[in-house]
Amino acid sequence: MEAAKVLDAKGLSCPMPIVKTKKAIEELEAGEILEVHATDKGAKNDLTAWAKSGSHEIVDSTEEDDVLKFWIKKG
Amino acid sequence: MSKSITTKELAQKIANHEKTMILDVRNTDEFDNWKVEGGNVEVINEPYFNLLDGVEPVADKLDKDQEIIVLCAKGGSSEMVADMMEEEGFTNVYSLEGGMKAWSEHLEPVKIADLNDGGALYQFVRLGKGCLSYFVESNGEAAIIDSNRMTDIYENFAKEKGVEIKHVLDTHLHADHISGGRKLADNAGATYYLPPKDATEVTFDYTPLEEGNDITVGNTTVKVQPLYSPGHTMGSTSFIIDDQYLLTGDILFVRSIGRPDLAGLADDWVGDLRETLYSRYKELSDDLIVLPAHYSFAEELGEGGQVSARLGDLYDQNSGLNVDDEEEFRKMVTENLPPQPNDYEDIRKTNMGKISPELERQKEMETGPNRCAVEG
Repeated sequence: MEAAKVLDAKGLSCPMPIVKTKKAIEELEAGEILEVHATDKGAKNDLTAWAKSGSHEIVDSTEEDDVLKFWIKKG
Repeated sequence: MSKSITTKELAQKIANHEKTMILDVRNTDEFDNWKVEGGNVEVINEPYFNLLDGVEPVADKLDKDQEIIVLCAKGGSSEMVADMMEEEGFTNVYSLEGGMKAWSEHLEPVKIADLNDGGALYQFVRLGKGCLSYFVESNGEAAIIDSNRMTDIYENFAKEKGVEIKHVLDTHLHADHISGGRKLADNAGATYYLPPKDATEVTFDYTPLEEGNDITVGNTTVKVQPLYSPGHTMGSTSFIIDDQYLLTGDILFVRSIGRPDLAGLADDWVGDLRETLYSRYKELSDDLIVLPAHYSFAEELGEGGQVSARLGDLYDQNSGLNVDDEEEFRKMVTENLPPQPNDYEDIRKTNMGKISPELERQKEMETGPNRCAVEG
């Protein structure tokens, strides 16, 4: 999947992964994809709920070696 | 920088029924699943990610000078939100240190009574999960019943009281929280007792609890008298302390009764549960004070935060004890049950010694409410 931007939020704990994701997505155009890497387990539920409330779409997510990856399409 | 409040300070406010306003900034699913309850608590939810551009979504609902305790999962987001609120002119905002994770681990000791021989009985209330454990002390010795995982809290309490932990007991094999029993007993060189019928798969040595085999703590008059009371689990055992206090484990609560399904055998155990509640306990004195291993409803927290009730009163008021029809009772405790506790299978395996998860995993397994009860 072609991401317009990759955000490395590994090692950051709540609320920073969301704070940074929000900032990063504000710099994108609608329809573009932001790829986020995080290690805070809470990020999964929070990103999902945040994306929903901001009408962004999580198009894919993976979990490998404790790194969570999300692909978020700007709404 | 905003101010912070400890779980201890919050627990005392709740136990003393002080008016407490909480702003929970976790996401709404987590909030709906499990939140701070009890005493005179009012709680509103607004996820922190809705407040990143400003605190307006909550500003209208709250008074700028009232005391507000902000909390989240681990304490990071609540600190950020509390800072933002201060910048907006809120003067009395506190962030809960360690968030719900720390709240889940807090134990608040509440004295239940002095015992006849000079000893005392304490209830340790785990407000974040609704778990209740007990500490009996008499003449330099202590017994701990249904201990939680955070063993240092009981050890420090014993040190403060100048007593030696001699006996550690579990009323049954717990499915909602990790027992600290084995660790406490190992550390103190105490005896660890379990009901043999719940311990058929445990991987460690224990002393079987048997009806009629009293356990003496300190002076001989404090007797812990086991009473076989199957239903929640096959081996569930109750204790009578000082001929006055009935520790019911997860069989009978103040407002509800135990659920028989957490070991996967609801149908087989319904009859045992009914027999225990409708016959065995009924033969006991109405004046016994029931001290359960859980509570589920904020209203169950009584004076000073204690959870207790007279057995005779429960036979009048607890709807789970007033279902005359056996078939109706069977339906109540086997159908439409609340969801099972988080990770209850792994918790049972941990309590049997079959698995030994890392501490962080243990904490994660215990998040969420206890859900050991069914309401009639």
